[in-house]
Amino acid sequence: MLDIRRIPIPALIGLILTALFLIAAIFAPLIAPYGNGQIVGDVWEPMSSTYLLGTDNLGRDLLSRMIYGARITIFIAVLATALSFSLGAILGFTAAVVGGWFDTLMSRFVDLLMAIPTLIFGLVVLSVLPSTIVTLIMVMGLLDSTRVYRLSRAVAVDINVMDFVEAAKLRGEGTVWIIFREILPNALSPLISELGLRFIYAVLFLSALSFLGLGVQPPNADWGGMVKENKDGIVFGIPAALIPAAAIAALAISVNLVADWILNRTTSLKGGRG
Amino acid sequence: MAGQAQKPELLLDIRKLRIEATVYPPGEAPKNIVLVHDVSLSLKRGRVLGLIGESGAGKSTIGLSAMGYGRGGVRITGGEVMLNGRDILQSGKRGIRKLRGKEVCYVAQSAAAAFNPAHKLMDQVIEASLEHGTGTRAQAEKRAVELFRKLSLPDPENIGERYPHQVSGGQLQRVMTAMALCSEPDLIVFDEPTTALDVTTQIDVLAAIKDAIRDTGVAALYITHDLAVVAQVSDEIMVLRHGRLVEWGGTQQIIKEPRQEYTNALVSVHEITHDEQVPGEAPFLSVKNVTAAYGRGGPKVLKDVSVDIYPGQTLAVVGESGSGKSTLARAITGLLPPEQGTVTFDGRPLANRLADRPKEDLRQLQMIYQMADVAMNPRQTVGTIIGRPLEFYFGMRGAERDRRVAELLDKIEMGKGFADRYPAELSGGQKQRVCIARSLAAKPKLIICDEVTSALDPLVANGILKLLLGLQKEEQVAYLFITHDLATVKSIADSIAVMYRGEVVRYGPKSKVLAPPFDDYTDLLLSSVPEMEIGWLEKAIKGRRMESAGN
Repeated sequence: MLDIRRIPIPALIGLILTALFLIAAIFAPLIAPYGNGQIVGDVWEPMSSTYLLGTDNLGRDLLSRMIYGARITIFIAVLATALSFSLGAILGFTAAVVGGWFDTLMSRFVDLLMAIPTLIFGLVVLSVLPSTIVTLIMVMGLLDSTRVYRLSRAVAVDINVMDFVEAAKLRGEGTVWIIFREILPNALSPLISELGLRFIYAVLFLSALSFLGLGVQPPNADWGGMVKENKDGIVFGIPAALIPAAAIAALAISVNLVADWILNRTTSLKGGRG
Repeated sequence: MAGQAQKPELLLDIRKLRIEATVYPPGEAPKNIVLVHDVSLSLKRGRVLGLIGESGAGKSTIGLSAMGYGRGGVRITGGEVMLNGRDILQSGKRGIRKLRGKEVCYVAQSAAAAFNPAHKLMDQVIEASLEHGTGTRAQAEKRAVELFRKLSLPDPENIGERYPHQVSGGQLQRVMTAMALCSEPDLIVFDEPTTALDVTTQIDVLAAIKDAIRDTGVAALYITHDLAVVAQVSDEIMVLRHGRLVEWGGTQQIIKEPRQEYTNALVSVHEITHDEQVPGEAPFLSVKNVTAAYGRGGPKVLKDVSVDIYPGQTLAVVGESGSGKSTLARAITGLLPPEQGTVTFDGRPLANRLADRPKEDLRQLQMIYQMADVAMNPRQTVGTIIGRPLEFYFGMRGAERDRRVAELLDKIEMGKGFADRYPAELSGGQKQRVCIARSLAAKPKLIICDEVTSALDPLVANGILKLLLGLQKEEQVAYLFITHDLATVKSIADSIAVMYRGEVVRYGPKSKVLAPPFDDYTDLLLSSVPEMEIGWLEKAIKGRRMESAGN
C-alpha cells in the first residue's frame, strides 16, 4: 500500500503545494479574510499584519483576491482539461480502432484546427461569443482536445496492432470493450503525463486570455486577470502583479511534480507490487 | 604469421568467473543476484566450444565476458579471464578497447538489428580492421571480399556496396560472420547466430560458419539453445543451467552418453509419443480453394489452398517464413477475408468477414499466438484474462466464474494462486499456458496454434506440446498447428500440409507425407532439420536437391 515515507521528496513537495492550492480553492469563502470585491484600504498598500500581501490597485485585500482567484483559475482549468481529455482521448481511440474514413475525416479536421494558432483562434471565438465561464471552458477544452486527440490516436494505433487486441476482436468483443478495457489501461501512462502538462497549459492559456481582457470578467478575476490589474504598479516598484504570477508558476511546477510521480507508479506492469 | 606461433597454445582460460547484477524491486532495498556461479572453462587455439542451456542459464553472459563486457548493469565481480596469457579484466578500459574487434569479435543473434542501416555493408565489415590499424583500406576490403566468397555469398565483389536491408536475413548473418573474421581475431563469440533463421537457411549459414572456422583456424565460443545445432560445429560442449556448470565434455560424449540427467533431458527433448489417428469420415472444417491477398490486387499470398480438419485431430501446416501459413490462419479466422474459395464449418459455409460471423462461430474457433507476452493484455490479471471468455460466451459471473477459472488453471498444471498475477509476473512457458487456458475456456472445436512453441526453450516447449496433446485427448479439440519446426510436427501431427510460396505442395496423413518418395521442397525441409549426430551437416548439404529460398 501507499507508504508516506516512500514518496520521493519532489513528489511530496508537489503534493503538499497542490493540496494547499486545492484547499484554498475549495474553501475560499471560509479562508479569505475579506470579501472578493470588498475595498478595504488604500491603493497598493504594502504588506502588513492586516493585509498579509498588501492591497491591489483598487484597495482590495490581495490575499483574499488570490484565494478567490485560485478558486476560479483551478475550476476553469480543471473543467477545460477534463473536457479536452474525455473528448480527445475517446475520439482519438475510436479513430485508431475504427480506422477508415472516420479516422481520415477526424484527423484532417484536427489538422485544420491545429493549423490556426490556438491563442488567435481563441481570441476570435471569444470576442464573438458572450464572455461567460461556460463558453470559456468550452473553447479552451475544444482547442486543447486537438492535442490530446493527436497523442491518444498515436498511442492507440500502436496498441491496436498488438496480438491481445486481435485476440479480443477474434473473441467478438465490441468497439467499446476494446477501447476502454484493452487500449485505455495500456495508454494510461503517456496520457497521465500529458494530463499534467495540459492542465498547466490550460492555466497559462486562461491567464493569457484574462490578461488580454477576454477571460474572466471583472469584478471576478483569475490570476492572469490580477496580473493585468496590477501591472501598472510594477513601474512604481510595487510587487502586487508578481504575486499572482508567482502563484501561476508554483501551481505549474507542483502539478507536474505530482504527475511525474503518478506516471512512475503506473508504468509498472506488476500492479505496483514489484 | 610469425607472431602467431609465439602465442600460447591455451587461448582462453576463464577461472572461477562470477558475474553479478543488482536488481531494484520497487519497494524493497536493491539486492544483488549472482548470474554466474564460479564457472571455469578453457579453450585451445582453433577449437570450438559450444555453450548450451535454456534462457537465463548465463550462456551469453559468459560468452560476452570473454571480451570483458557485461550487458546493461551486469558486473564481473570475481575470477579471471585469461586471453592470450593475460587477465583482460585487469587491463582497464583502454586495454579492452584494443582487444575488442582485434583479438575477440562478436556475432549477434539478430544481424538485422546489429547492423547500422545507414551504412554500406563493406564500411561496417572493415571498420574494426581500420580502427585497429591492422591494414590499409584496400587490404581490408580485399580480405572482406575473400571472406564473402568463402562464406558463399552471392556476388562477393559487389555485395559490400549494398545496405543491410538489401540482403536477406541469412546472407546478413553471413556478412556479420565476415565482419567478425575480417580483423583476423583469435576468438569469435557466436551468440545464437542461426536461431532467428528458417531451417532451410540455417543449414546454409551453419555450413558457411563451419567452413570459415576451419579455414581460418579461429577459435570460437558457440552459444545456442539447440543441442543438434551445436553438435555440428563444436569440438566440445558445455551445458549450463542457472549460471552453473552442468556438464562439460567432447561433443560425441555429450550427445551419445550424457552423464547428467539434465543433459539427457536436453538430448531427448524431441521425443514425444503420439499415435497417428486416421482421418474420420467427415471433416468439420474444410478450406476449399481459398485464394487470398493483402490489399486489393496485391500479390496472392494464398493460392488455391484446400485442407480439411477432422474432429479431435491435429493438422500441421509446415513451411518457411513467407510460405503463407499464418495467412491461412488469418483467412480461416476471418481476419483476412479470402478473395475466392470458402471455409465450411460443420457443413455450413462460414461467413468470410469476421464482423459477419455469429458469436457461436467465433467461440468454436480459438487461436493461440506465437508471442504469449503480447497476446495478453499486460494490465489484466490472469483471472480476468481466462475469465473473460467465460463471461463473454457463457455469461458466467462471480463465484461460478472463479471456480471455472480455477479448474482451467488446474488443467494447464498451474495452481489457483496464479489468478491474481499479471502476465509480467509469469515465465514464458507459464504465459503460453495461460493463453492455452484462455482459448480452452471458450470450449472450442478448433484451436489454431500459430508457432506456439517457437519462442520457447526446448524443454519448456516440450512441456507445452505434451500439455496440448493431453488436452486434446480430454476435450476432443482439434488443432491447426502452424510451425516451421519439423521435429514438432513429427511428434504431434495427425495430418500434414506442406506449404511453399502460398501453395500446398504436399498434403495427407502424417505417415504418407513423411514417407518417400518426396517432392523436392519437402525433401529440402526434411533434410534441413538438424539431427543430433556428428557429420549430419555435411551429409545434408551433399544430399540436397534444391537451393533454399534464402540463398
